Amino acid sequence: MIKDLEYPFDGREIIKNKRKLKKALLESNENLLEKRIAVLGGSTTRNICLMMELFLLNNGIKPVFYESEYNQYYQEGLFPSQELVEFKPEIIYICTTNKNIEKYPGIADRAAEVEDILSNEYAKYESIWISLKEKFGCEIIQNNFEMPYYRVMGNMEASDIHGTINFLTRLNMKFYEYSQKTTGFHICDINFISADFGLRQWHKPYDYHMYKYAMNVAAIPDLAFNVANIIKSIYGKNKKGFVLDLDNTLWGGVVGDDGVEGIKIGPEESQGQAYSEFQTYLKKHKDMGLLLNIASKNDEENAIAGLKHPYSVLTSEDFLVIKANWNPKDDNIINIANEINILPESLVFVDDNPAERHLVKENIKNISAPEIDEVQNYIRTIDHNGYFEMTSLSEDDMKRNQMYKENVARDSLKNSFTDYGDYLKSLEMVGEFGAFDPMYISRIAQLTNKSNQFNLTTKRCSVEEIENISQDDRYITVSGKLIDRFGDNGIVTVVMGEQENDICHIRLWLMSCRVLKRDMEQATMDYLVKSCLARGVKELRGYYYPTAKNSMVKDFYEDMGFEMVSENDAGDKVYKLTIDESYEKKNHYIKVV
Amino acid sequence: MTREEVYEELTEIFRDVFDDDSIEINDDTTSEDIEAWDSLEHVNLMLEVMETFEVEFNMGEVNDMKNVGDMVTMILNRMS
Repeated sequence: MIKDLEYPFDGREIIKNKRKLKKALLESNENLLEKRIAVLGGSTTRNICLMMELFLLNNGIKPVFYESEYNQYYQEGLFPSQELVEFKPEIIYICTTNKNIEKYPGIADRAAEVEDILSNEYAKYESIWISLKEKFGCEIIQNNFEMPYYRVMGNMEASDIHGTINFLTRLNMKFYEYSQKTTGFHICDINFISADFGLRQWHKPYDYHMYKYAMNVAAIPDLAFNVANIIKSIYGKNKKGFVLDLDNTLWGGVVGDDGVEGIKIGPEESQGQAYSEFQTYLKKHKDMGLLLNIASKNDEENAIAGLKHPYSVLTSEDFLVIKANWNPKDDNIINIANEINILPESLVFVDDNPAERHLVKENIKNISAPEIDEVQNYIRTIDHNGYFEMTSLSEDDMKRNQMYKENVARDSLKNSFTDYGDYLKSLEMVGEFGAFDPMYISRIAQLTNKSNQFNLTTKRCSVEEIENISQDDRYITVSGKLIDRFGDNGIVTVVMGEQENDICHIRLWLMSCRVLKRDMEQATMDYLVKSCLARGVKELRGYYYPTAKNSMVKDFYEDMGFEMVSENDAGDKVYKLTIDESYEKKNHYIKVV
Repeated sequence: MTREEVYEELTEIFRDVFDDDSIEINDDTTSEDIEAWDSLEHVNLMLEVMETFEVEFNMGEVNDMKNVGDMVTMILNRMS
């Protein structure tokens, strides 16, 4: 991660230094995920692509671009060029702005005419989306419309049906309605981005008339940063939670020195108010399914006492793991990550102390530690980084905290057993397996993009791809849920096999790490074998492609009784296993229904 | 600012934008002389020039600009 590309960044510097930055990014990043992105523009898009490339590289994604000719978004949308067809985009970004509005209401138009103009303008876009979805079945990112820089009628432009602002706002609403009912369709909110940048600066007629850029060239990094965030979210490269410091981060003052009554939190004075606002902001993340943890240099009892402050918005219950001790923070963060079974780099470390941030960044690769300064700015600095950009919100997301909590309860139960088998029995586990069900498609796609460790081939799939596979007869698909006495873990494992005569190639096998060592992989194997036998499969082929993160499953197929067939220089391995009715079940602890 | 001082700053800008520390510019330099100087980079170059010298050019002037010498003259005219 390059700091110059994290918020707050200097857009002009990024434009100036883009070649140097790109070189540095290509040198420092391995294992880049390559993605084909088509940009269909309503104005010049060259700089937008260059800036997107930097921000995507900074998140481990290497984009390959297709750019439509100038202002050809509509033609390309309805009748894609041969070049675009051959490019096979995985993402299409339709970069239009209010410069592309063909017709605004006239001041004398009657209400019915205004409606017609609105419907016509909208229909143009909807026909593009439908056409692209049908032809490419890929993810679509569409700009909404920014507000204009002048108002002929003044303030009434907003409220009158003839007003440009009124018209654009209604058009935006129609875009959102489409977005709400369509998966794989994302709005890039340039209406917000331009307002945030400052509408007076965003619109630069000079850049439009000279170079046909629909926005100030200096604003392009802000736009590209947001598009890149949407893309990184689609591919599961979001952060998963926070590790928070306490003193002068969640409240003002030092609880060990000032006492609970002395710390600043709550409505009684200005600083306390600002800390309350920040805690409320964090609580919203928890409600969204992000994980809150604490790493604080404090005695534990002081830390807990601080969280019991009557005005504290967050309480001990809101946190998954609380490390309040005098160990180095990087050690605590690693331990937190281990306890909840996620990668340390998927955490955002929030600490007011620059020295702690520096230490943590030095020792934990790719962790983010935003440069916060004064409490009133904490929210903006963290928020604008887009660590948790949402592109879909599944029910599992909202239950995630609950599930991790149950995991911590399981761990404490585990410690009370001497025999691991007895422990597994005591969990009273029930596994539910089936082929991909439409109800779970978005969760399945999400898992293929998020799982790194227990993932044999690290094949990433969009919602569309999963939908297609679930309807394709060649595929044998398995998704599995695990329920136990502490609760429902939801869909935790996904397998996809492609049948070729009597051979089944296992293209994907992944499992969420939160159900590791529960016999779930064995139960999945049993189910897969059963499904395969029912379809006349006689041989399974397993594939293991090593990445920086999946060494945990390097011997997985051997453990499952497969035999290695080949291994190439990259360490890619192919395994096979002959199966017949004499197959013996491997799972002993999960009741399969 | 003297013409020499403008040249000094401008050389820095050229080197940064085109990421080439060997670039030397003079009155006769045109986009023909610098490989990376295409219409796309021209946009970024002009942005950097206008922001650094805190000047705004008139669109006609920019369109008539033939070489770096013209650019320096334009900068000096705007600054005075």
